[in-house]
Amino acid sequence: MLQSKSFVKKTKQGKVLKVVREHYLRDDIYCGAPFCKVCDVAAARLDSNASTIIIVDTNVVLHQIDLLENPAVDNVVVLSIVLEEVKNKNLAVYNRLRALCSNTLRRFFVFSNEYHKDTYVKIEPGESPNDRNDRAIRVATQWYQHHIGAAARVLLVTNDRDNKRKAIEGGIPAETVESYAKSLGQPALLDLIVQAPAEDVTMEDAEDLRPSKRKTIYAEHKPMSEITSGMHRGIYHQGKLRVNRYNPFEAYVGSESIGDEIIIYGRTNMNRAFDGDIVAVELLPQDCWKEEKSLAIANDEDDEDDDVHLAPSSADDAPRVSHPSQISIGNKSDMPTRPSGRVIGIIKRNWHTYCGSLEPMPMPAGDGGIAHALFVSKDRRVPKIRIQTRQLGNLLDKRIIVAVDSWDRLSRYPSGHYVRTIGEIGDRDTESEVVLIENDIDARPFSSQVLACLPPLPWSVSAEDIANPIRQDLRHIRVFSVDPPGCRDIDDALHCTFLPSGHFEVGVHIADVTNFLHSGTPLDDEASQRGTSVYLVERRIDMLPKPLTEDICSLRADVERLTFSVIWEMTPEAEIISTRYTKAIVKSCAALSYVEAQARMDDSRMADPLTTDLRNLNKLAKIMRQKRIERGALTLASAEVKFQIDTETHDPLDIGMYQIREANQMIEEFMLAANISVAKKILEHFPPTSLLRRHPTPTNDMLEPLIQTAASVGLSLDVTSSKALADSLDRAVGDDPFFNKLIRILATRCMSQAVYFCSGDLSPPEFYHYGLAAPVYTHFTSPIRRYADVIVHRLLAASLGICRLPDIFQDRPRLTGIADNLNYRHRNAQMASRGSVELHTLIYFRKRPTYTEARILKIRANGFIVFVPKYGIEGPVYLTSRGQKGGGEWIIDEQQQKIKKTNGEVSYGVLQPVRIHMEVVESQPNRPKLELTLVC
Amino acid sequence: MEFVNPEGLRLDGRRPMEMRQLRAEIGVVSKADGSAVFEMGNTKVIAAVYGPREVQNRSQQSNDQALVRCEYSMANFSTGDRMRKPKGDRRSTEISMVIRQTMEACILTHLMPRSQIDIFVQVLQADGGTRSACINAATLALADAGIPMTDIVTSCSAGFLNGTPLLDLNYVEDSAGGPDVTVGILPKLDKVTLLQMDSKLQMETFETVMQLATEGCKAVASYIREVLLENTKQLESRRGV
Repeated sequence: MLQSKSFVKKTKQGKVLKVVREHYLRDDIYCGAPFCKVCDVAAARLDSNASTIIIVDTNVVLHQIDLLENPAVDNVVVLSIVLEEVKNKNLAVYNRLRALCSNTLRRFFVFSNEYHKDTYVKIEPGESPNDRNDRAIRVATQWYQHHIGAAARVLLVTNDRDNKRKAIEGGIPAETVESYAKSLGQPALLDLIVQAPAEDVTMEDAEDLRPSKRKTIYAEHKPMSEITSGMHRGIYHQGKLRVNRYNPFEAYVGSESIGDEIIIYGRTNMNRAFDGDIVAVELLPQDCWKEEKSLAIANDEDDEDDDVHLAPSSADDAPRVSHPSQISIGNKSDMPTRPSGRVIGIIKRNWHTYCGSLEPMPMPAGDGGIAHALFVSKDRRVPKIRIQTRQLGNLLDKRIIVAVDSWDRLSRYPSGHYVRTIGEIGDRDTESEVVLIENDIDARPFSSQVLACLPPLPWSVSAEDIANPIRQDLRHIRVFSVDPPGCRDIDDALHCTFLPSGHFEVGVHIADVTNFLHSGTPLDDEASQRGTSVYLVERRIDMLPKPLTEDICSLRADVERLTFSVIWEMTPEAEIISTRYTKAIVKSCAALSYVEAQARMDDSRMADPLTTDLRNLNKLAKIMRQKRIERGALTLASAEVKFQIDTETHDPLDIGMYQIREANQMIEEFMLAANISVAKKILEHFPPTSLLRRHPTPTNDMLEPLIQTAASVGLSLDVTSSKALADSLDRAVGDDPFFNKLIRILATRCMSQAVYFCSGDLSPPEFYHYGLAAPVYTHFTSPIRRYADVIVHRLLAASLGICRLPDIFQDRPRLTGIADNLNYRHRNAQMASRGSVELHTLIYFRKRPTYTEARILKIRANGFIVFVPKYGIEGPVYLTSRGQKGGGEWIIDEQQQKIKKTNGEVSYGVLQPVRIHMEVVESQPNRPKLELTLVC
Repeated sequence: MEFVNPEGLRLDGRRPMEMRQLRAEIGVVSKADGSAVFEMGNTKVIAAVYGPREVQNRSQQSNDQALVRCEYSMANFSTGDRMRKPKGDRRSTEISMVIRQTMEACILTHLMPRSQIDIFVQVLQADGGTRSACINAATLALADAGIPMTDIVTSCSAGFLNGTPLLDLNYVEDSAGGPDVTVGILPKLDKVTLLQMDSKLQMETFETVMQLATEGCKAVASYIREVLLENTKQLESRRGV
């Protein structure tokens, strides 16, 4: 069965190495057609009455993956050589192709042609690897043709002319993607096809409305070899391009070689780079640098009103954010200090699919033809994208998804193709889905395999659970939960009993999710992929299926539930004397809301045992909080908003800032304590494989904007340590009550986010959680809605010897991978919540233009950014209309962060209140936004 | 990295439970009392046995059993980068010792008191699993030298990558850093004489991986027996029986 054939490969790793690897050819690789008489059909994936079997080449996969993903395309044989080439060229496409191949609903079969004795081809002398691979594809196609014979037609789909010609010469039927898609008879499919560069497609010329006037708009990208050598010599710098959220014509590249951010102004300098691309940048000569603060909050509609079909009036249309401030800097003494540069090459593209809509345009004369349209992404950082469509009338009022294919030097906009439609513009469900898609959140219902892992319903605590020696029976203890009103997924409960010794026994009981969620099951895989539940304004996307979230695991009142508990013995001064961890059974006696709990504590007439417990807990929590603050924990603030939603229409009725009560802080305090206790315990038992959470100490650079803002209102902040910062934040009380909160919000913005990590990857000093001033911290208390807590539960159970540690904890790279995924999902969930809030804010203000009070956060060259405390909204206020240089009737001083009216009547400084008017405008079609204007 | 693709093939086209191609030749060094070349895929090892002969260093002589010595070395040309391999470094000392102990366990040393047996093994080409190949080559060479043994010793390695037990790791799989279990057995007596592991494994998985390696050893044993039988037949025909 084994045949050995070794081949020789040369690799370069600084020096030339000769690598010899064995390559075994086999005779047990089957064709995957269920009607085959010769092959083993057990693993056959193709349709049993397939009329045509398609074999695709590498470039078809790389470029037309959207077409392949359409269910109309089926019975595809993917050769292993194609997989390998795709993997080397584009990992994202490879993963999508692999997903297709493993999807049981699709008929994609992987044929390992490289290991089949009849289809393996050796490279011939003088043949390039590409030619060899093309030949391998043809040989495999031919093999299929002979093998299957008359049972089905075998078709090679390739866009490579040479390959097609050779195939037809060899008697293999071959077609291009276009002609194949046409033969399927679904015109919508043609939209999914990526158009080949103009030279290949002749019909393009006829469509192009500006044939003679094609000008070079962008500079050529430098070849890779030049970029590498340039980077060695230090003239080019590599980094990730990040486009300014407020101004798509301005981007930053964080460069390690300079140790600073390089600013890139304008589309010309950005040279076709997208947000997130890894680019190579060349610094501009220093006299072209711009003053640090000149970054204007530019109106994004600034340039984009040229019709793409018209010839651009000037090739250089990009540096529109021109330099009013540069002129104003007269004196040479303060040369701008921030380097600016231009992109000279793109090392790695970050192209993915984008949500948005088509720019409104008249229906072209003549029907059924191909229309060129401009796609406007919802994400303002993405430029418009040119697409071709045959269903223009259909798409104009829809939110659609578009993928980018290419961007050549001659065109002002990248070209792409339509992928799919989400729904009608303006419809709330559609827009919500856009938010989810933009943040890569999987909101699909759970698959049947996942649901099969659930315990049968109705579920209740069994005698077995009660008899289990590892499970302590705590049903006699008065346990209760405090959560936001309407909370269905209650994952934590508390108890507090007074001990005869004068101490308190305080228990935190967390839903025992891992009792139902076993490692390695489809349910577990799905949960680890989702990583977290996502809370949108009007709905929740669960990490676990509903029966688990809302019933089996939820610690509702008056039902027996399984928990994982942390129980402390505390002195009345909140000193922890001992800590105990155990699995338990509890029966919650009350599921309170924060409001109810607060009311009970405040009502002096109430003296029932539950209220006494609450008061005791609150007393302890206050002491613990005080201690924590003395250690240097920061009290940060964020602008959380709460909507009141109409139960019928799901439209927002009212918005306001989320109010935090003492009861919230009490619960938070005990959850923090439980998390810290558990973190210590698991780290002690599993030093290299614990999952912890850290919050990096912010560098002085990061805090610089905060210090500056504070300085401009005459406040000096000490940022030498978290304790010093906490103290100076406490001292920062202005005359109005909101001042302090605003400063705290600004401080929160300056810090990086807390992240999950695997304890083996970092050294103990780096475990520090800056915000909480805790040396170690983890998440333990919300296993229903966070996967990190599930992992921590497993670690804790293993450290108590209750159950074995699953395999993944042996594998540090995988654990790190899980931690990275959790961070990614966590960030996305937050972005999605924010996006959902923004969406509902728009819906709310659409009908209600409002006058309100706002605070100035930052002053910029042509306006300022305000924060509206009442609604938790932040946005720019423009003082100048576009095209106007300078401040018009306003004098804007960015250095001092002051604005004054020219007649000196009114002046504003940072953090001062202003009155503004809020209104939803749709200055650009299909991109409504909240416009804030100053009212004097 | 993906070491087993979803189609169930490894990087070199084998399935997880398959070994590389084996090849063996006896009597390659005419000067030695017994010698053999053993190949497992691209791993190629030569072994030469001298003895039993007089003990060179009298102080090491033992009155009740033979002295077994072993020297393992790697040829300079055995790996891709042509590096001069220092003699007596930690790795080769360790492997020498491992081979000596494994072979000692099967040689009937008490039959040859006051004598010495020298085993020299050299790796001609390295592609993972050199340890196993050396033991297999040494067994063949010892048999060729006609040294009395309880049974032949055969060895094979197995690993665990991508959640799959893999038999007979090659260099690429070996350098992935996963667990690597090398087992040596006496196939007729069904006894384990060598068991080594790099990295770590769960207890249950270890059992299956070791079981796999043992199966590999048995396959090697049946091949070695065939080779020996063939060799004996040739000797027979040369003597004209």
